[in-house]
Amino acid sequence: MRFVDEFRDADKAHALAAKIAALCEPGRQYKLMEVCGGHTHTIYKHGLEDYLPESITLVHGPGCPVCVIPMGRVDDAIHLASQPDVIMTSFGDMMRVPGSGGSFFDANAEGTNIRMVYSPLDSLKIATQNPDKRVVFMAIGFETTAPSTAMTMLRAAAQGLENFSVFCNHVTIIPAIKAILDSPDLRLDGFIGPGHVSTVIGCRPYEFIARDYGKPVVVAGFEPLDILQSIYMLMVQLSEGRSEVENQYSRVVPWDGNPVALKAIGETMELRPYFEWRGLGFISHSALGVREKYAAMDAERLFQVPGVRVADPKACQCGEVLKGVLKPWECKVFGTACTPETPIGTCMVSPEGACAAYYNFGRMNRNRVAEANRGARAEVTRA
Amino acid sequence: MTSRGSGRLDHDHQLGQDQPGWIGQALREHDQLEVDAAGRRRLPLAESADREQQVLDRIDRARRRKPRVREERITMSHGSGGKATHTLIEAIFLDAFRNPLLEPLEDAAQLRVGGSRIALTTDSYVVSPLFFPGGDIGDLAVNGTVNDLSVAGATPLYLSAGFILEEGFPVADLNRVTESMRAAAAAAGVHVVTGDTKVVQKGKADGCYINTAGIGLIERDGSLGVARAQPGDAILVSGPIGDHGITIMLARGELDIEADICSDTAPLNGLVAGLLDAVPGVRAMRDATRGGVATILNEIAKAAGVGVLVSEDDIPVRAEVRGASELLGIDPMYVACEGRLVAVVPGEDSGPALAALRAHPLGEQAAVIGHVRAEQPGIVQLKTAFGGTRIVDLLVGDPLPRIC
Repeated sequence: MRFVDEFRDADKAHALAAKIAALCEPGRQYKLMEVCGGHTHTIYKHGLEDYLPESITLVHGPGCPVCVIPMGRVDDAIHLASQPDVIMTSFGDMMRVPGSGGSFFDANAEGTNIRMVYSPLDSLKIATQNPDKRVVFMAIGFETTAPSTAMTMLRAAAQGLENFSVFCNHVTIIPAIKAILDSPDLRLDGFIGPGHVSTVIGCRPYEFIARDYGKPVVVAGFEPLDILQSIYMLMVQLSEGRSEVENQYSRVVPWDGNPVALKAIGETMELRPYFEWRGLGFISHSALGVREKYAAMDAERLFQVPGVRVADPKACQCGEVLKGVLKPWECKVFGTACTPETPIGTCMVSPEGACAAYYNFGRMNRNRVAEANRGARAEVTRA
Repeated sequence: MTSRGSGRLDHDHQLGQDQPGWIGQALREHDQLEVDAAGRRRLPLAESADREQQVLDRIDRARRRKPRVREERITMSHGSGGKATHTLIEAIFLDAFRNPLLEPLEDAAQLRVGGSRIALTTDSYVVSPLFFPGGDIGDLAVNGTVNDLSVAGATPLYLSAGFILEEGFPVADLNRVTESMRAAAAAAGVHVVTGDTKVVQKGKADGCYINTAGIGLIERDGSLGVARAQPGDAILVSGPIGDHGITIMLARGELDIEADICSDTAPLNGLVAGLLDAVPGVRAMRDATRGGVATILNEIAKAAGVGVLVSEDDIPVRAEVRGASELLGIDPMYVACEGRLVAVVPGEDSGPALAALRAHPLGEQAAVIGHVRAEQPGIVQLKTAFGGTRIVDLLVGDPLPRIC
C-alpha cells in the first residue's frame, strides 16, 4: 500500500538500527521520551524495540488524550448524559474509560444515550436529525483535535443550531512537558516530539526544551521508520553534544504550525486558569474552555456540572506511568487488577495508553525475544 | 532481598482493603494472587533482570483465574467475540450448562446418536444493514451455520430457521431474504426442514433477526479440535481476511469511505471436504467470524497450551481492507470473515494442505501464516512486516457491533 509500506520497510530499518547502534557510547545509557501516545502505540504495534540496542530505553510520555482525563470529568460527562433529552457524542476511545461509577458503556446499559463518532462534525448531523434532543459533544484531546472541535462549533454557529453544545476537555501539551522536565525523579536525554500536535502548533513552542533544559527534540511522524529515524537524529545530536529542535516529520509539520487551525481555536476557546490532569494533578494554564462568546454552546454553562474531584484509587499509578517514572509493568496492579477488559487506570484504556500498548502488544519477555532474534540471525549467517 | 526499588512496588500488600466497589474487589483478587497454593504469601518481586518475567508470570496467574462477569448489565462488548464474550460464555453459560460435549467450546458440538456421529450447532444473525455488497442476512444465516458444521468435520445436512420480525418490516424484504436463504441452502446442499416465526412490536427489534441451527453427519474417523494443536504444526488461512467486517462497516454509510469490496460470505463445506481428503490428519479448523483470525489463534494457544507464531507478511489481506483498516485504526486480524477458515495441520502436511485449499475456488489465495510452538504457551506472537515482534491478544471492546 503506497504511503504506508515505504515507512515500514524492514531493510531500511536494519540499516538505521546499525547506524543508531554505532552512535551509542560504550557504557552510556540513553533515555528518550516519546511524548505522544500515538508513538507509543506504533512502537509496540510494530515491535520497534527489537531494533534498539539495550543501552537505549524509550520512556513513554503523557501525550495520550484519554489517559489524562481524571475520573471526576468522566463522572461529569455521565451526569450530563443522564440529563433529560441528552444525546452525548464522544470518540470511541472514551467509551471504556472508567469513572467512579463505571464507563460510558456501563452508563448506556443503564439508559444513557452516548454515541461513538469518528468526527465531531457527526454530532452536528445527529443534532440536525434530532431537533427535540440536546446533543453534547464530549471533546477531548490535545491541540491535535481542538481545531476540529473549534471548526464544529463555528459550523454549528453558522447553521444556527441551538441544540448542540460542547463539554470541553481539551488540554495543551507544553505545560505537561514542562511538568515532566521539572519533575525530580526522571532523567531524560531527549524527546521524540509529538507529530500531530505539531501540525497545529508547529515546532517553535519546543525551543525552550533545547535552550533552557539542554535536551534535544525531534518532532516525529507516526510510522515505525519515522520513529527510528527520529531516534537516529536524537542520537546524532547527543553524540555531537548539540540540543536543538529538529523536524523529522516535515512532510506534514510546518515549522510555524497551522495558522488557520490556531485561529479557530483562539476564536472559540480560551485557556483555563487550571485543569486537573489524571495522575499529574492540577496544572495551571494547561487546558482550554469555551469562550464567553460561545457560551450558548458550552455544556458547562448550560447544565449543572457537579465538578466533583474524584481521587484516583490508591493502587493506581497512572501518574508515574504518564510521567515515565514507572514502566507500565512496574505498576503494582498492572495486568492483574487493572487490565484492558476492566481498566482501573486510563493508561490501560486507550490504544495510545502506555499500559494498554504494553499489555496488548508487548507483554512478553523482551530479553528472550532478543535472544531468539540473535539466534535466528546467527542461523541466517550460518546458512 | 527487598531493596528500595522493589519495595516501592510491593510494600503495601492489602491494596483492596479500604477501596469500595468493583475496583476494591479487583484489588482484593489481586492480593489473592500473592498467596500461593499452600497459603503462603509469595516473596516480593526480586530486584533482578527477570523482574519483568515475574510480573508476566503473575499476569499469567491472573489470566488463568476463573472468569467472572464484573459488569452489572450486559454491554455491547459482551457481543464482540473478544475477551468479554469469552468471559460471558465461560462464566455464565458454560457454568450453567456444563457437560463434556459443551466444554470444548468448538463451533459445533460433536455427539453420537445411535450408531452415527453428528455435529450440532446454532447461530443467530442480527447484522445491520440487512443487505450489503456480496450478500444479506439470509445467505449469512445459512452459510454461517453450514460453516460451523463444516469446520467440525461434518457434512451439513439439515437446518432450522427461526425468524424474529419487527412490526412494519416490508414483506418484499422478507421475500428477498428467504430467496437468498433458499439459494444459499441449494448451493451448500442443505435443506431448511423446520422453522419458527415471532413478530414483536415496532421498536422492539430491528427489522429482522434470524436464528439457524443445523445438524451434519461426521463420517470420518478421528475428531477435530483446537486443543489438539501440537508444536511443529502449521497454521493456514483459506484466503484474504477481513472482507466481511469492513464491507459491513462501509455499507452503514456512516464513514463516507467508499471501497470496491464485497462480503466473503460463502459455504465452506466443499473447501473443507477437499482439505480433509488431502490431509486426513488435520488437527482443527475454525471459521474466522467475530473476533477474526486473531481470536482463533488465541483459542488455539489457550486450548492446547502452546505458543503460536505468525508472520504479518504471510497473512493475506486485500489492499482495500488494509486501507480502510489503516484509516479507521482497526487491525484486520480482528475483523470478521464469513467465508474463511483457519486450519491447523501437522507441519509435514502443510504443503498438501495448502495445495488442497488452493485447488478450490474459495481457497485460491490460501496461505501458511505461521506455526505452533512449545515456547511462550498461551501467547500468540506476530513477526511484524516491519521486522519487529509483538503479541496478538484477544480483542477487548467492540469496534464493529452487529457484524453478523
